[in-house]
Amino acid sequence: MKKTTKPAAAPAKAPKAAAKPKVAFFDFASCEGCQLQITNLGELLLDVLGAIDVVEFREAISEKWDKDYDVVFIEGSIADHHAEERIKKIRARAKVLIAYGACATIGGVNGMKNSFELDEIRASVYGKDFKLFDSTKTKPVDQVVKVDYYIHGCPVYAPEILEVVKHALRGLPYTVPDNPVCAECKLNENVCMYERGLACLGPWTKAGCNSWCVNNGNICYGCRGEVSNPAKNANDVISKYNLKPELIKAKFDMYNKCKEGAK
Amino acid sequence: MATANKDLDIKVEYVTRVEGHGNIVVNVKNAKIEKCEFHVVETPRLFEGMLRGRSIFEAQHITSRICGICSCGHSLASVKAAEDALGVVPTEQTVKLRKLLLDYEFLDSHILHVYLLAAPDVLGVPSFIPLIASHNKVVRQVLRLKKAVNDCCDILVGRHIHPITMIAGGWTKLPSKKEIDTQIKLLEGMAADLTDVLNLAKTLKFPDFERDMEFVALVSDDGEYPLLNGDIGSTDGKRVSCKDYRKSTNEFIDPRSSAKWTKWNRESLFVGALARFNLNADKLHPKAKALAKELGFKPVCKNPFLNTVAQVIEIVHCYYHALEILKDLKKNGLDYSQQLTVGVNEKGAVPVRAGDGVGSVEVPRGILHHNYVTDKAGMIKQANCIIPTNQNVNNIEHDFAKFLPEIITQSKADITLKLEMLVRAYDPCISCSAHFLDVKFVD
Repeated sequence: MKKTTKPAAAPAKAPKAAAKPKVAFFDFASCEGCQLQITNLGELLLDVLGAIDVVEFREAISEKWDKDYDVVFIEGSIADHHAEERIKKIRARAKVLIAYGACATIGGVNGMKNSFELDEIRASVYGKDFKLFDSTKTKPVDQVVKVDYYIHGCPVYAPEILEVVKHALRGLPYTVPDNPVCAECKLNENVCMYERGLACLGPWTKAGCNSWCVNNGNICYGCRGEVSNPAKNANDVISKYNLKPELIKAKFDMYNKCKEGAK
Repeated sequence: MATANKDLDIKVEYVTRVEGHGNIVVNVKNAKIEKCEFHVVETPRLFEGMLRGRSIFEAQHITSRICGICSCGHSLASVKAAEDALGVVPTEQTVKLRKLLLDYEFLDSHILHVYLLAAPDVLGVPSFIPLIASHNKVVRQVLRLKKAVNDCCDILVGRHIHPITMIAGGWTKLPSKKEIDTQIKLLEGMAADLTDVLNLAKTLKFPDFERDMEFVALVSDDGEYPLLNGDIGSTDGKRVSCKDYRKSTNEFIDPRSSAKWTKWNRESLFVGALARFNLNADKLHPKAKALAKELGFKPVCKNPFLNTVAQVIEIVHCYYHALEILKDLKKNGLDYSQQLTVGVNEKGAVPVRAGDGVGSVEVPRGILHHNYVTDKAGMIKQANCIIPTNQNVNNIEHDFAKFLPEIITQSKADITLKLEMLVRAYDPCISCSAHFLDVKFVD
């Protein structure tokens, strides 16, 4: 596992948003499930809508806006030339930019594309006409423009959406938890997946999801990205359970392949 | 206004979900239609390519990420395809719970589409946001209904978007007795709101339009409205096994769209609620049949705008079907020894073989196919996913070709709105149905 030197915390001096902020939602290469997580807030959605002024939200409304934004939510990875230009333009008009969902924050499942030679994987889907459809190596948003806040997860976790939104609207920094999922998993009294003979990515993955998948009997797939310094955990777990590092690496590549593209 | 459209140039750009960004392009010169097209210009995400080299036991997790709103549907097609490749036969209990999940998926998706995305058109507003003021009670009822279904999904699969507990081979966690009761209570609690919003649906008016077309959906020989299992059937009288899904889709590439196009017995085909209704109306729940009768809605209905009405009828069907499954589970109990967690099969819990598996499932927008070829270690060598919206794109263009001349004398605004409504009626996916941007007229 490669060490990361990038701090997980939001900037110490986060830009402050306006009182009744103009908020917009944009989607790039993604399943748009994270936008849906917001519409799935139910009647709580109406409370959120009361505190902000939604000027663009393709998934739910037809209205459009041509001025600057106080807060923009970016979902999805940057995966073609047009997207790269578009995100730069949005950034130029946005006071605060929030990357939400694994595709935007770490590249997510789109990153698996980077495991292949680009033209080869394009041809594997579209055949000889693949050049008709533009495609570049997958990048998370912060490999193209500056990101002010991160909401990790695939999909994003509703309580954390509200936390980050509250912080962003007040101009306060939000610190993404940088301890492993195991910390939450233990509090939830789950039987450790390693004790059940399965390799789980909890020891390396940022907490904040309340060990969502393990609570439901599945393993952690690493969708929130790696903790800043996973090395000690990694050594302990790999030696204790006699694991092949390649197995863990393969599992990690499902969401975290784009890390290799970070500067 | 007949003279207004001697020359007409409409370009509607919008951003959709999985099948991507789509545009409507209309070009009329000297009263002659030169172009009337529907383009899908999505950023290709290359899922089928990315699956290569992944474990067959990861396919459900990865492919559910094709689409947030259809993630349960993709998961179901995926686990069926994986089990078919592996030669695993799911237990009766597993199948029952999958059918329940599919009912929830239909309820959630159809409620969203009918009321928050399609109804604003009919009520003459750009989105559901103005409805918060003008139709506050209904908006709250709809959001409550959605919340109740989401809560049921959370219990059954951990969360509605990207389900956690349903995997190839079975379930990592089964609902407790108490959780079955909670789901029953949640569904029963929806009854009053549902009655009200169904009454609203009865008042919705849609454009008059008909075109003779081919409808494709799952068909079966038993009495159940086929959503999870069956063969692929057509109103043109053809029927093939799901294994032969390629015969019913015949994918081809059109340079204007990054979505692959399909056809079967004619130039294009229709998949979705209206196709299911047209092929299987006699198998609907009696309550759904009663609503269809009240609305005077009969197969074969050839107006694609009425796909929304077919969805309303399916809301009723799935609501009662889900309740029946839950009551059966309450009465007969669950076998908790069937819970299993597989990971990537590190423990060899599931016997693995080389295989070629197909999973075809009706999802809210129509029939969905997943197909995986695996090696003897259970690694995916090749994958193919055929998504309902892609199957419909071609049909939408054929509708345009007939519909545009019928409305060509109307104002540009009306033409644009009606073409958008037609696309939305197909419920291509939530954001595409919700949104068309930059409507530009160039005279």
